[in-house]
Amino acid sequence: MRAASIALVFLVTMTFSGVAFAVAVDEKPLVDPAQEAVARALMKEIRCLVCQNQSIEDSNADLAKDLRRLVRERVSAGDTPAEVRAFLVARYGDWVLLEPPLNQMTLFLWGSPFLILLLVLVGVTTARKKSAPEPLSRMEKAKLKKLLKAGEQT
Amino acid sequence: MTSFMRFIPLLIVASIFIVFLLMMGGERNPKEIKSVLIGKPAPAFSLPALMEGAAPVTEANLKTGKPILVNFFASWCAPCRAEHENLMFLAHEKGISIIGIAYKDTPAKSQAFLAELGTPFASVAQDLEGRVGIDWGITGVPETFLVDGDGIIRYRHWGPIVGDSLEKRLLPQLEEIQ
Repeated sequence: MRAASIALVFLVTMTFSGVAFAVAVDEKPLVDPAQEAVARALMKEIRCLVCQNQSIEDSNADLAKDLRRLVRERVSAGDTPAEVRAFLVARYGDWVLLEPPLNQMTLFLWGSPFLILLLVLVGVTTARKKSAPEPLSRMEKAKLKKLLKAGEQT
Repeated sequence: MTSFMRFIPLLIVASIFIVFLLMMGGERNPKEIKSVLIGKPAPAFSLPALMEGAAPVTEANLKTGKPILVNFFASWCAPCRAEHENLMFLAHEKGISIIGIAYKDTPAKSQAFLAELGTPFASVAQDLEGRVGIDWGITGVPETFLVDGDGIIRYRHWGPIVGDSLEKRLLPQLEEIQ
């Protein structure tokens, strides 16, 4: 009973704090819920240029608010998400997208995990080759045989 | 060969250290986002003038055949106040034409700001909604764009033109296209 009531309080608190953090909620959403969903998905992808590393959906900055309004406007005007992204990239550069697109500039960025993986593979295989023991010489073989025999007898 | 291999980790760490050290020093500001408009024509705009009765300010005002500065400012912005002296110097001592764009400010407050500090601007436009600011890719005020005689953006000064930045950054850029 006690545990249940604590759980309930926890649940209620979490629910309402969630509402408080989602700043995009307190603005005028688009009338068409499908369009609003598209706009909200876009806002999560777009970087706030003032409090960098936050999306414009999370940010309370004035510019983020303006950009949210702009995104909603463009979506309701019939722009596709790609068109909205292109609109913003033309003004602020690729950096406005939280996920950097794959292009010449970001080739190393996206390729670096594979590059490191390759280096590790090369390193491991060369190390393996080196540590492989050389075959036993005739004298060593004879010694081994003797030792094994001695082991069997005890 | 093997004795050299032993030093490879040290070399890697040392080179990373040097790269970080170089990035910390110098003029680089990690919060500054490079403008993508450099080398491109200034975005088209048409804004009401701040002074009553004056004609709207448009991108046509930029094409004077001479380099021109476009300065986004606001009365609510403290760094704008700090750079104002340098803008006055550029306008009155250097004879550079500056177009001021009052960014998200009420006309009365912008007018009071200029009445108090003097106006370095050849013309002043009002960007009440901040939409032209977005078209120019500004992330805050002040930001200043250097537009050449053909209306091409050549340089963007991020933040206030104070201290070294006038002599070391803006003026050399200006001289280069003059």
